[in-house]
Amino acid sequence: MTDVKMVNLTIEGRPVTVPDGTSILEAAKTAGVLVPHYCYHPGLPVAGVCRMCLVEVEKFPKLAPACATTVMEGQVVHVHSPKALEARKGVLEFLLINHPLDCPICDQAGECELQDYAFAEGRADSRYREPKRFNPVEDFGGDVLYVQNRCILCTRCVRFMGDVAQEPVLNVSERGDRAFIGKAEGHDLTNPWAGNVIDLCPVGALLSKDFLNKARAWELDRAATVCTGCSQGCNAVAETRDNVPVRLKPRPNDAVNQYYMCEVGRQTYREFARRDRADQPMVRAGATLQVTEWDEAISAAARAVEGRRVVVVASPNLSNESLFLLERIIGQVNGQGVFRVGRGNSIPLPGATDLALREERAANASGARLLGFAEVPAIGAAVREGDALLIVGDALAEVSEAELAAASQLVFVGTTVPALVAKHATVVLPMTNTLEEEGTFTNLRGRVQRYLQARTAPGVARPTWYVLADLLTAVGGAGQFFVPNEVFAALAATHPKFAGLDYESLGLRGLPIVEQSPSVPAAEVTA
Amino acid sequence: MGYPHPSHPRETPVLSKYFGDAGARTLDGWRQRGGYEALQKALAMDPQEIQTVVKDSGLRGRGGAGFPTGMKWSFMKPDGKVHYLCCNGDESEPGTFKDREIMRWTPHGLVEGVALGAHAIYAETAYIYIRGEFTEAITQVNRAVEDAYAAGILGANAMGSGKRVDVHVHRGAGAYICGEETALMNSLEGRRGNPRIKPPFPAVAGLFGKPTTINNVETLTTVPYIVKNGAEWYKQFGRPDNPKSIGTKLFSVCGNISRPGNYEVALGFPFKEFLYDLCGGPLPGREIKAVIPGGSSVPILTREEAENAIMDYEGMVASGTMLGSGGVIVFDDRQCMVRQIARLTRFYAHESCAQCSQCREGTAWITRIMERIRDGQGTMEDLDTLLSIADNMSGKTICVLSDSCATPVVSGLKKFRHEFEAKIAANPSKVTVPGALRASAA
Repeated sequence: MTDVKMVNLTIEGRPVTVPDGTSILEAAKTAGVLVPHYCYHPGLPVAGVCRMCLVEVEKFPKLAPACATTVMEGQVVHVHSPKALEARKGVLEFLLINHPLDCPICDQAGECELQDYAFAEGRADSRYREPKRFNPVEDFGGDVLYVQNRCILCTRCVRFMGDVAQEPVLNVSERGDRAFIGKAEGHDLTNPWAGNVIDLCPVGALLSKDFLNKARAWELDRAATVCTGCSQGCNAVAETRDNVPVRLKPRPNDAVNQYYMCEVGRQTYREFARRDRADQPMVRAGATLQVTEWDEAISAAARAVEGRRVVVVASPNLSNESLFLLERIIGQVNGQGVFRVGRGNSIPLPGATDLALREERAANASGARLLGFAEVPAIGAAVREGDALLIVGDALAEVSEAELAAASQLVFVGTTVPALVAKHATVVLPMTNTLEEEGTFTNLRGRVQRYLQARTAPGVARPTWYVLADLLTAVGGAGQFFVPNEVFAALAATHPKFAGLDYESLGLRGLPIVEQSPSVPAAEVTA
Repeated sequence: MGYPHPSHPRETPVLSKYFGDAGARTLDGWRQRGGYEALQKALAMDPQEIQTVVKDSGLRGRGGAGFPTGMKWSFMKPDGKVHYLCCNGDESEPGTFKDREIMRWTPHGLVEGVALGAHAIYAETAYIYIRGEFTEAITQVNRAVEDAYAAGILGANAMGSGKRVDVHVHRGAGAYICGEETALMNSLEGRRGNPRIKPPFPAVAGLFGKPTTINNVETLTTVPYIVKNGAEWYKQFGRPDNPKSIGTKLFSVCGNISRPGNYEVALGFPFKEFLYDLCGGPLPGREIKAVIPGGSSVPILTREEAENAIMDYEGMVASGTMLGSGGVIVFDDRQCMVRQIARLTRFYAHESCAQCSQCREGTAWITRIMERIRDGQGTMEDLDTLLSIADNMSGKTICVLSDSCATPVVSGLKKFRHEFEAKIAANPSKVTVPGALRASAA
């Protein structure tokens, strides 16, 4: 980094210093000045076609596109000068002449850059007296719908499919104002990464069929989360409407997913929106499960696991905090921790560094390994006659009914009550899913990332870490935790690899765990 | 010569000397007329030396922008990189047809110029990009290149010099914008013909990302004459009081004129004499009303302005227009300027590549308003809107197509506003356009 030449310039009166080769637009960002733009996107090659980011640079004869102009020493840039504002007003007018006034029925309304900038800098009225251009809506295949009338031809989608997904299915067809985004004959937007064009589209031209007409942008509540679709750990935003998850969108993080998210990850919100939830603790009473109080259920669970060999089956989607508490429970009783990971094909995004839908289709298998859980191909092999089985996080796959029957006790901590569980469980403890609790995951590169609560839990279901802390206390361990923060602190204090990490330093972008080599001081990692 | 008319004594035929002379088309015929002597001479010269000669001659680009050719070539250094020469034969500017005649009648002159130019910029490969509609020109140039290869003029050992010069002919698919240099390169590479953002300029990263020089057909065809006869010989053409515009230039004249055709005169020629003497003036009983002197992209001149103009780069700028490509379009008193300008804007709206917002939407909007006024449905408000749109379209886009569309509208409104107003006054509709009231209230 030291050999990069730094350039000093002034943007809107604010002095900034940026590396040589930076664009004016990016330099303005560091100065805290937003240059309005459409076609520019930091993850895509520069096109310079929307002409929205025109700024006035002193000593330049013409306005300069901020996205395509690199900084120069001593430059003085005016983003909001009358000349620049006038130019952008002109661009907005041009973009709007053929744009339908259908914001009230447009999914993008409320999160539309055309709407935002038109409101901020556009004309109050229209001088366009001619008939508007009209074209029908086209289904692009996959999850994507193309509303041609709203398209401003910024070509972000074309560049994403060409340069990032490297499956050039989209193109600009025709010329002049007849131009539109065309799709290669016989191809659909079925690329597993194609959904990103919907997020990249600055207007309502590319829409998600899945999200179509589900909510207005301003009705949504948003919380930072981490995708549980695979071990990549893509940063995401979970959006809920009236406490119902409606979609997941990528949250930029250069170290993990840049700006993208795959189709598999986007669809995980459906699992979190399930309504057949376990929402009350239950204990066995004869042939049926009987609803009971939390304290009684915890005591029953503790009785079930004490004095026996306990096989703890953990879901690889549990947080580090929950896994850590399970590790303590295993230490407290005579236990063994195992987990199983579902696998699929790895589907990389060619134009992004180290980004793929990973083989391991779970968020925290790395965390489970770090905390001493053994990966087994099938859970059943670990279970012996007379063992107690503690299944946490709906980890029922690969457990046969025979094995469940073989276990003398079954404590099930999960979000639903499958029929098998209803038949065999001694105790059922309802837990929250990822969107309903706070915690951290460790991705396949050893990056610890926080996720936040996006919705409330159903019934009296409790956060997983909270349930497990209670169970730990009940089996005689030190489980006095009141917030997940404290659980993580205890984890970091006892596991050298997590040393030096805490919620505050993790922030919302996460940090890598301490490297194996002792030469890297913890301070540097957390800095 | 004033092809297809007989040469006028006041012309200075250098490039056009053999227009209409079928014998000049063949390799033998061209050699008999002194062809390929300049190339032979140049291949023995150091490229630097050729660059200096061309720089000293004062030759400027004949495609429209008038950039000094020698200076453009001097950007190409012997840096060991692969260089390319592109010859722009896309000549798609309405009103311009000079390159077509060069390619039709003296294809070997072009091949010689291209080979010479390639050598001068340290390139081994040159591309001639010819407008798709120029079927005869393509046939002639293709044949000339084939003959030149067969005669060893082109190829691994060009004219026995030991130097490699390859020339490829590429036929365009008919887009106006492919005459823009960076769009031409994209088109050559097999991409959509969209202009590229500059920088990087072609001299740094052009065709296939390599340093590239791109010259017009007329420019490259002129170079052999300069190399053969020397820079001093070339300097005799031009007016003595303007050393910035040197040489002869082909002018294509069309429209309401007695003798349309190609005329070659020394720069600095009085435009009035050119129009009335060489081209025979307007048709009998008619009067010239307006002239577009340099292809459809330059401002329109009124008759008075045209009669006082001087035909060189500076002279045309002094008259408020540009020399451009030398495509002279003449309108006489029968023509409705609103209709003519609407026709021009429709052309640009059709040809916009659709990259920049201003151009994509602006050219089409201007056209719709122009055609509405033309059809007698205009309002006075439209004239202000036209000027405002034109202003928003000028100087803000990747290439100058947007500006080119705005230019005839702005200059037309400035000089022929009365025709627009007459059209509007004749508007039979008493109802103002919906929204007009709201717009003025806002």
